[in-house]
This record gives sequence, structure tokens and C-alpha cells, in this order.
Amino acid sequence: MISRSQADNNAARAQILARIKEALRIPAPQPTLGAGPAEPTTAAGGLPILATAAARPWLPDGGDSPAESLALLEENLAKLRAVVFRVPDLAAAADCLSAQARERDWQQVAWHAHPLVEPLLAGVPCGTHQVDPGGSFDKQGLEICDAGLTACECLVAQTGSILVSSQTCGGRALSILPHVHVVIATLDQLVPTLADAFALIRERYAGNLPSMLSFITGPSRTGDIERILVLGAHGPKELIVILVG
Amino acid sequence: MKIALFIPCFVDQMAPQVGLAVATVLERLGHAVEFRSAQTCCGQPAFNAGYQDEARAVATHALKVFAGAEAVVGPSGSCVAMMRVFYPEILAGTPHETAALDLACRTFEFGEFLVKKLGVTDVGARFPHRVTYHDGCHSLRELRLRDEPRQLLRAVRDLDLVECDEAESCCGFGGLFSVKFPMVSTAMAEVKAGSLARTECDYIVSSDPSCQLQLDGWLSRHQRRPRTIHLAEVLAGTAS
Amino acid sequence: MTTVSKPAPAAAASAKQQFLHDAAEHVRDTGHRDFIRRALGGYYTSRDLQQARFRNWEHARDAASLAKWSAVNRLDELLPQFTTRFEANGGRVHWARDAEEARQIVLELLAAAKAKAVIKSKCMTTEEIHLNQAMEATGFSVVESDLGEFIQQLRGEPPYHFVFPCMHVRREEISDLFGKHLGTPPTDSPEELTMIARRHMRRLYVDADVGITGANFLIAETGQISITENEGNARLTAALPRIQIAIAGIEKVIERLDDLAVLLPMLATAGAGQPMTCYNTLYAGPRAAGECDGPEEMHLVLLDNSRTALLADAEQRDALHCIRCGACLNVCPIFKNVGGFTYGTTYQGPIGSVITPHLRGLAEWNHLSEASSLCGACTDVCPVRIDIHHHLLHNRRNAARTSPSRIERLGHRLFAAVANRPWAFAAGGWAFRKTLWLAKLLRPPPLSAWLATRDLPPAPARSFRSAWRSRQR
Repeated sequence: MISRSQADNNAARAQILARIKEALRIPAPQPTLGAGPAEPTTAAGGLPILATAAARPWLPDGGDSPAESLALLEENLAKLRAVVFRVPDLAAAADCLSAQARERDWQQVAWHAHPLVEPLLAGVPCGTHQVDPGGSFDKQGLEICDAGLTACECLVAQTGSILVSSQTCGGRALSILPHVHVVIATLDQLVPTLADAFALIRERYAGNLPSMLSFITGPSRTGDIERILVLGAHGPKELIVILVG
Repeated sequence: MKIALFIPCFVDQMAPQVGLAVATVLERLGHAVEFRSAQTCCGQPAFNAGYQDEARAVATHALKVFAGAEAVVGPSGSCVAMMRVFYPEILAGTPHETAALDLACRTFEFGEFLVKKLGVTDVGARFPHRVTYHDGCHSLRELRLRDEPRQLLRAVRDLDLVECDEAESCCGFGGLFSVKFPMVSTAMAEVKAGSLARTECDYIVSSDPSCQLQLDGWLSRHQRRPRTIHLAEVLAGTAS
Repeated sequence: MTTVSKPAPAAAASAKQQFLHDAAEHVRDTGHRDFIRRALGGYYTSRDLQQARFRNWEHARDAASLAKWSAVNRLDELLPQFTTRFEANGGRVHWARDAEEARQIVLELLAAAKAKAVIKSKCMTTEEIHLNQAMEATGFSVVESDLGEFIQQLRGEPPYHFVFPCMHVRREEISDLFGKHLGTPPTDSPEELTMIARRHMRRLYVDADVGITGANFLIAETGQISITENEGNARLTAALPRIQIAIAGIEKVIERLDDLAVLLPMLATAGAGQPMTCYNTLYAGPRAAGECDGPEEMHLVLLDNSRTALLADAEQRDALHCIRCGACLNVCPIFKNVGGFTYGTTYQGPIGSVITPHLRGLAEWNHLSEASSLCGACTDVCPVRIDIHHHLLHNRRNAARTSPSRIERLGHRLFAAVANRPWAFAAGGWAFRKTLWLAKLLRPPPLSAWLATRDLPPAPARSFRSAWRSRQR
């Protein structure tokens, strides 16, 4: 097998870009839009686009007030079969977690360093495994854990989604490998829509993106077998949200 | 208004009663109706098969026939879609482009004409039967007609309109598709006819004679009731 | 109940002959057709429910279609922008002009990584370039982690539907399959079958040294790739192995992160009747400084493979806007009656019928564009407003120009000649009516194709034009 050099790669790149440029010499007509009063705005390159801010009125509801958004979030999480616990403070959150650990007979829970996560472990009646103490990552150690505890970047009311990042939520595997994912979040982390979540990402991580950002919308699921919904395909079978505030 | 009837070639030769029913209803509403006998075909078969030069030849003839007509009304969603949607496309850039665009503004499907142009839903018809409506794909998706035929049917005295669960599913005709891929076409007719039969209606109402050909063809072969009837016939009250 | 599997090819058949053969076989299996229709019934209900939660679905379609249109039509600007930013994040971009080059790139990466075990998440682009076969031929074992793809891999079949790969398989068959390949006891519970796959796959995620994924979107603004899935297998594939290789078509580029606020919910709604797919993940590059896990290397293979040919067809360029939701398949009466395998292509259904001639050649694959009644249901549901059914007409026109059927063209020419002479038309019609009874007896083609399964009405005594003349006297 001939080894592919950087020169080969550059040649392929140049050829593909040349083909694209040639192809685009003939403009394609703008799509025929459905009925709608909104006019596209002109953006860079002279092509009309619809700003997503303009699209928001057409997308599913995210709630027009924090109270509405919260109600929507809880409704969506319930539909997704995620379990939600509302607690007044971190101490109560720790009690909640311990109760879950006892009820479900957990042997080991995994966690990462974070001001919201560490307090949760107070009094937990099982072993704990930290994923980010420094040094190399212990895959096997994580694999045997019953649950993974993480913080989150934000919660999205519109879809019932939880945004996690590899930078602030214990890496990539913690929120996907253990059989149960427990998220600890505060009420002020709630945003109404996905667009708001993207704005948050841009603001928080301008120029310094985490290598992974993931919107988690419910426990893992599949409909591959006769289109019947089954939870817990490969990711967590259960998603527990502990909402403080 | 003087209305030029557009009689699809199939109606002309195989289902003349549909054309006569259209004329009856329009005259009942007080309009003059003419039939320009030079008309032949809309050119859809060649167009659908991709032979646009041949379709263009037939289209230019149709443009000549209907030049100057105040309104052109036809009892076929697929033929009207051909004239209104596709004539401007295949004649773009030719000397006939303007005429095609002009004709498109004056060409209507029969039910559409009654409701949207004349503003009429009650044409004084009576049809004491249980019926369901089959949405022809061209009427539904090219001409965007869905409510209009139903409004007309609901105004017919003693008519009981029920919906079938696959009202918007294609009957499987698709022109030459019906003989190029007959096994698929037949399977589609089977699915559609099954759904229509489950409504336990006396008649399946259609605005497209080609859909009627396909559905009746299957129902007849399988000796099943109901059969189709054209919307115009229901509105003319000429069916027994 | 009959078992449906990929039909064996008829000896030396053209693609069209194979299609006709397989379609005929498949429509006979009414049990299977019913099974598929029932499976889709649930989808229609949830899709309608989710669509109703959009405050204006049609406006959302406008936004989505414009987002893709402006990206695809500025691909010369946005693709380099994306690659610059992706590489600034630490990933490496490899450019593949065709399937062979893409396969070569991946195999070399595997060899350089001294890969022993490869885990893969769902990626239709890898199906398109037949990557699995190439990897296996070179001695790399690869496991499909997506449940549906895993089942199809065990069955030795390609995906039946590019979103629901094993929608044609019954639970008893899956139970037998797992029993045979994994040694597990029989069960008719979808939940237990899923748990079997879950347990089996877990070891493989932890042990794999290379993970191969696809990408749903490539975001020019940030240099991230976006992957949508329900099961979590892609997230695991991109979390645990040492090396991640993603493969994506060049048309997957979108301009801004914000576009996902429209595209992700629409992809979920149209594709699966869900408000949002379970995991929507943005990958900027390999493990970043300060992160505790993640691949050391991330490679992205950008694939052309005739996409630039489709791009050059300005009339059909919007076919590249496709977000692979599968909604067009789900509503297509052809798909529902002939099944996914009959198409014989990587991409089935209406969008597959549009793009396959561009990817594989018009003369050989035009029959897919002909095998449609042009009902337009596909165009109606497409979240990005691709003019799907009209493109089938465009393909037919292009085929008639470049490789016409002599007999058919002659037939249309004759008909046009007659149609332009009203006296000839009337006379021809009269002759048709008078001889119809004979034609029904003799059954010449193409009438034979009709009469095999359907009746024709009797010819009326008079034509309309004749009846009209009498009426006006």
C-alpha cells in the first residue's frame, strides 16, 4: 500500500476545492419558501439567510418566563422518562443521592471534581471513584461503577436537554458509560431554548472550546427492534436530575 | 362568464359523461360553456417520461387552442397541473413563454373553479349516498387543493361524507408508471382500495379520471364494491 | 411468517432488471408489507404530534432550507473555513476525492495506529464507500455498535433504511441471530434483546483502540462536527478509544452553530417523531488540555465521491441539502411496497432515487427515477424543502436526452403528431374505442402489464366530442 503523504492530501484538497468552485459558477435558485411573512435578511456573501433569532417564533416553545421554562423542563423530562428531584440545597441533594444509592444498591459511584458534585458525596453509602484526579484515565475503574455523577453546563427547557462538556463535567465517558447518569444542577442554569444554549456556548467558550459538548435528552434509547421504544441501549438506562433551588 | 371546457383525452374517449357533467353544472350556475374541438391532449405522458420536446409540441398546440379563453376549466387535477405548473417550465425561454404563463393564470381544476373562482360551494346537487373522497396527488400537492372538493361534497343534499385513513395516499397510477412498474402500481392500488373499502361507502369520489381508471381497474378485477365516481357527476346529480 | 432478507442477485442482471425482479418478489410478501406499514404507523402519529409542537412548521422548514442553501452554495468559502478551525482545535483533515481514496486513508490510519480492535458507530458514508469490507479484507475486525447496524452486520445485510437499518426484522429473528452468534438464550422481549447487545458491546468500547464515526453536520463557524444519535454508541465510540476517525461528505457543512437550533429538532421530528434525538454532540477535536479523557488523535475524512458532480447540477443542487432524516422514505408508497433492499443502493427511497444517478451514473440508475408515481409526498415532508419529486422528473428528462429509449421516443413522437391534428386524434380515438375489446383479448404490451392485475372499462359508444355535437344541436 502506497503511503499517503501531505503532498497527496494537499493535491486532493486542491482538486476538490477546484471542483467546488467550478460547480458553483452557476448559481442555484433560492429555495421556494412556504407561506410566511418573514423576509430573509442578507448576510455575508450576498445570500439571503434567515437569522435564527427570526426562526425562534416558529420553533417549539421554550417558555416566556423562568417559571414557564421550569414547568416546561419538568414536563419534558417526565416525558423522556428522566427522574427529577427538586431539593432546596446541596445538603438535601446529598441526602437524595444517598437515598438513591441505598434504594438501588449501588456499590460504586463515579464523580468528578466540581463545587456542585463534591458535596453530593457527603454520606453516600457506597464506594466512590474519581475520574479526574490526575494521571492516566482508568477506563476499567469507571466501567464497573453503577452511576456517574456530573455537573452540567445548562438545562434547556424547550427540549428537556442537559448540556454537558468534557471540560466542566468530568470528561467524555463519565456521562455516558455508567448505567445511571446523575446530574446536579441549579435553577439558574436553566435556559429557555437551544438557541440560548448555543449563545451560552459561544459566550463561555469563545476561542477555547471543550473537545466535546453534548446535549443529553433523556436516558439512552432505541427503536430499532420493531420500532418499539427500549431505554438503555448503550448509554445510561436511567437519567436522574437533582435540581437545587 | 364564457368558460372553455378542457376535456382530457381520456375523458373525451373513455369517460364522456364526466365532461357532460361539468358542462351541466356550469350551465346550471348560469355560465356559458364552449368546447373548442381542436383540443386534444395536455401532453403529460411525454413530459412525465422525460420526452420534453414531444411534450412541448403538444403543449404549443394546446396554447393555440385556448388562446383568448376567459377561463379554461377541466375535470382533472393532473392535466390542469400539467398546464398550470409545467407548461411555464417547459416553455421557458421559448417564444411561447408568455402565452404559457398567461394560460396558467386562466386554467382551473373543476372543483377549484367552483369554490375559489365562482365562490360557490352549493350547486344545488343531491346525491343520497355515503361517499369518501380520494385526493389525487396532482390536485393535492401540485395545485394544493384539499378542502375545496370536501366543501362541495358537504353542500350536496343527503350526501354522507366519510374520510378514509389513507385519503392522501397515492392510488398508484402515475401514468406510464402503471405499466412500467405494474407490480408496484398494483400494490399501491391494493393498499388504497383496501382503505377506501373500509369506509363502507357506496362511492369513492375523485377529481381525477386517471385515479378512477386505476382504482376501478383494481376493484373490478377483485369484484369489490365500491366504485369511483367523478366529483362532477356527483355535483351534476346525474348519477343514479 | 416469511423471513425477508436481501434478495440474491439474478444472474448478470442490469440494475433495472434486478429492481423489477426484487420489486415483484417483495410485493408478493403481503405479510412483510403489513409489518412495515404497522411499524411506520407509530412513526406517523409521533411525527404529527411533534410537528404540532412547532409554532410554525412551515416557517421552520423555510429557515432550515435557507440555512442549508446558503451553506451549500458557499461551500467554496465555508469548507476551508471549517477545516482551518477544526485543525486549529487539534484535529487532522484528510481529503478524499473518491471512495477508493477514502478507504486508503482509513486503512493507513488504522495501520499507523497498529489498531487491533475497531468499533464503529452508524455512518452511511462508510456504507457508501464499502469501508467495512475493505477493513475486513485487510485483517481489521470491525464491530458495528448501533443496534440496528449490529443486527444487520450479523445478518450479512446492508441497512434496509438509512435511519432504521433493521426495521424489516422481527424480534424472533433477532433472538435466533443472537443465539447463533452470541450464544444467548432465546427471548421475545425487545428489552432483553437490547440488553444482550448492550452487554456485548460494553467490553468492545473499553477494549477498542480506534473508534470510527460519521458526522451529521460540520460547523464552519466553530470547526466542530455534530453527531446525532439515540443510543449513545457514538458517544462511547468517540470517548473511549485512543483514536477517533470521523468520515463525512463535504456537503454536511453548515455555517453557524445557531443553525443547529433549527436543524436538530427538525431532524428528530421528521426522522423519528421525537422532539430531540437523545444525544446531539459537538466534537471540536481530540482531547483538549486539562481534560481527563478522550481520544489522543482525531481525524476527519472529507469525502467528495461525485458530490461535486451533483453540486455542478444547479437545478438539482438542493439534493445536497439532505440531512438524512429519512422522512421521505417513511411516506413513500414505493418504499413501503418494495422495501429498502430492492433499490440496490446505499441510499434508498425518494432521495436515494434522486442522487444515485449522480453518484453512480444516469443510464444505469434512471429506473429508480422512473419507479415513482410522482405523488410528491416526499417533497411535502422534507424538512429542508428539497424538490424531490420534481428532481425525479429532471432525471427522466436528462436520461431521455442522453440515453433515450428509441421505441418510447417514437411512441411519444407519434402521439404528439396525432395530438397536433385534431381530426387524426378524433379518428384515432374512435379506432381505439372500436378495437378495445380486441386489445383486451390479445393483450399486447404495454396493455398486458395493466390487464395482468386490473380491468379496463368498456369503451363508451360515443366520445365526448361526438356527444357534445349532438347536445349543441
